[in-house]
Amino acid sequence: MTSLSKLAPFFRLALGPVVGLSLVVAAPQPASAAEGATVFADPLKVAAIGGSITEIVYALGEEGRLVARDSTSRYPEAALKLPDVGYMRQLSPEGVLSVNPSGILALHGSGPKEAVDVLKKTSIPFIEVPDHYNHEGILEKIRVVGEALGADAKAEVLVKEIDAKLKAAEKQTASIKDRKRVLFVLSMQGGKVLAAGSETAADGIIKLAGGINAVGGFSGYKQLSDEAIITAKPDMILMMSNAGPPTPDDVLLANPAISSTPAGIARKLIRIDGSYLLGFGPRTAGAIHDLAVSLYGGQVTE
Amino acid sequence: MAEQSIAGSTGTIMAPEGDRSGRARLVILLLCAALAVAVLLSLTSGASDASAVNVIGDWLTGAAPADAVLSARDRLIVYDIRLPRVILGMLVGAALAVSGAVMQGLFRNPLADPGLIGVSAGSSLGAVAVIVLGATLLAPVTALLGALALPLAAFCGGLATTLVLYQVATRQGRTSVATMLLAGIALAALAMALTGILIFMADDRQLRDLTFWQLGSLAGATWQKIGSVGPVIVLALAAMPFLARGLNALALGEATASHLGIPVQRLKYIAIIGVSAAVGASVAVSGGIGFVGIVVPHLLRLLIGPDNRYLLPASALLGASLLLLADAVARTIVAPAELPIGIVTAIAGAPFFLWILLRKRGVIDL
Repeated sequence: MTSLSKLAPFFRLALGPVVGLSLVVAAPQPASAAEGATVFADPLKVAAIGGSITEIVYALGEEGRLVARDSTSRYPEAALKLPDVGYMRQLSPEGVLSVNPSGILALHGSGPKEAVDVLKKTSIPFIEVPDHYNHEGILEKIRVVGEALGADAKAEVLVKEIDAKLKAAEKQTASIKDRKRVLFVLSMQGGKVLAAGSETAADGIIKLAGGINAVGGFSGYKQLSDEAIITAKPDMILMMSNAGPPTPDDVLLANPAISSTPAGIARKLIRIDGSYLLGFGPRTAGAIHDLAVSLYGGQVTE
Repeated sequence: MAEQSIAGSTGTIMAPEGDRSGRARLVILLLCAALAVAVLLSLTSGASDASAVNVIGDWLTGAAPADAVLSARDRLIVYDIRLPRVILGMLVGAALAVSGAVMQGLFRNPLADPGLIGVSAGSSLGAVAVIVLGATLLAPVTALLGALALPLAAFCGGLATTLVLYQVATRQGRTSVATMLLAGIALAALAMALTGILIFMADDRQLRDLTFWQLGSLAGATWQKIGSVGPVIVLALAAMPFLARGLNALALGEATASHLGIPVQRLKYIAIIGVSAAVGASVAVSGGIGFVGIVVPHLLRLLIGPDNRYLLPASALLGASLLLLADAVARTIVAPAELPIGIVTAIAGAPFFLWILLRKRGVIDL
């Protein structure tokens, strides 16, 4: 029975794609005003979907326009007062429409597809903000959000400021010769390590902080075998501090594969708030700095 | 529920046939009314203040709406969000409840339920296979079948599971309860393991979406989905009333049913194919919604007795109504976000099912 209960999450997961993906039916979509817009005609009541989008709206000083946020928007604290339309990947179209937005700003990856399709059928402009996990990607996000809100000038000022901060943060580790290897662990389910490969926010932030992603060769998140962990030779394990039920440090470091790596021997396990570390928004320069300091300590040039 | 007082009086005393059928017809009438109420409630409730009454009223009278922009939004909410959900909810609710009732009749066991014995796991395996491998390994299949590939795969997965289960659990025309449940567990485990392999192959974006579908949902109901799985469910449901007489005879044992002129083997196959189609299509669009298939027929047996001629249509009506109500709760309780409906059916269904069990054992008497 125990092995069965271990399988239960798989089964539950299995139900996901059954419904998570829409049936591929080539139905003619009526063109609407919502498609292809880059500027909101009436940017007075905006629903922000995606933590970094909400942060950027606040950083631009345009938070007065927000009428709703999603559950990933937990910073700044003031944003928590806004109505929560749910998880960005699990939006309820009627829920989003119920706050009567005059525009929807959604981070790339918002969904499900059916919900987004319905929202795009309305006359409410729906602007999708691209999400790239690098220096330029953050600036692009700010420009897209600024343009949508008709706050281009403010956005340019913020872009200059954030650009300077990011450059400074990246320079802190530029002269370091001996690069450290970082293994980002998303979760430990049943002793199995779910690690971040390429094309993930974790991979992006590790590179910006002057580290090397200890695992490569796959994109997205994958479960690693014990041998793959040992071969990866991480100098540090990186985790989110606020994601689901935490795995105690001792449990993680007691994992036989991890305990035999340099990170395990030195007991080097760092936890950083997920939205701060992986958000790729206005606070990313700070996250780069914090990660660099935990990697290289005194070698970081302030 | 006013029916509770009625339910209390259905003891072990066999009521005369006329009395039973009279009450059954009354209950079915009441259930029709309840479904109508549930449909209205579902159409008029939601996170937004869109008024279905106004929208439908304008449509009926052809009147020009007072506020064109707002009314366009409301029309979209009613026609493209709520109405497809109501129709899908009715189809899925009816399919799950009737499948449960048919399965219980077929196995002559009140515990049989598509979810409990692994049919749902088989269905989801089929559907997941199409999704994960649809663009690669199964590309010719998906190209050939288009939108039908997913419900069809779910159907085949459910069918294969049911057939194996039936073969394993039936010896000399007698279905062993213990064997059936154990075989169901084994098959479900196997289906989950195979699904696990597919999950491992699925890409990251899908994976993250998946976790949220754990418990099934009617969200993402679209006219396209109704178009692709609706016919499957409607056909399966339409076949089931023809099973009622046969299932009634089967309750007396297979030999007796044969002597009564019932083509037992054919009856079994039709039932199995119907259940697999209905459950497969339901799983394909709404994931795992539990407890409807077991709670609804049980409650109705208490109310109107075991006669399948009344039990099957009544199950369809009550299943549809209950799922609509559960969905209305799911859509409004945490507005503007929404809860997966499976959580609602499990929270409401599990304690209720326990209560039925206790009541049957005479532990509590309400």
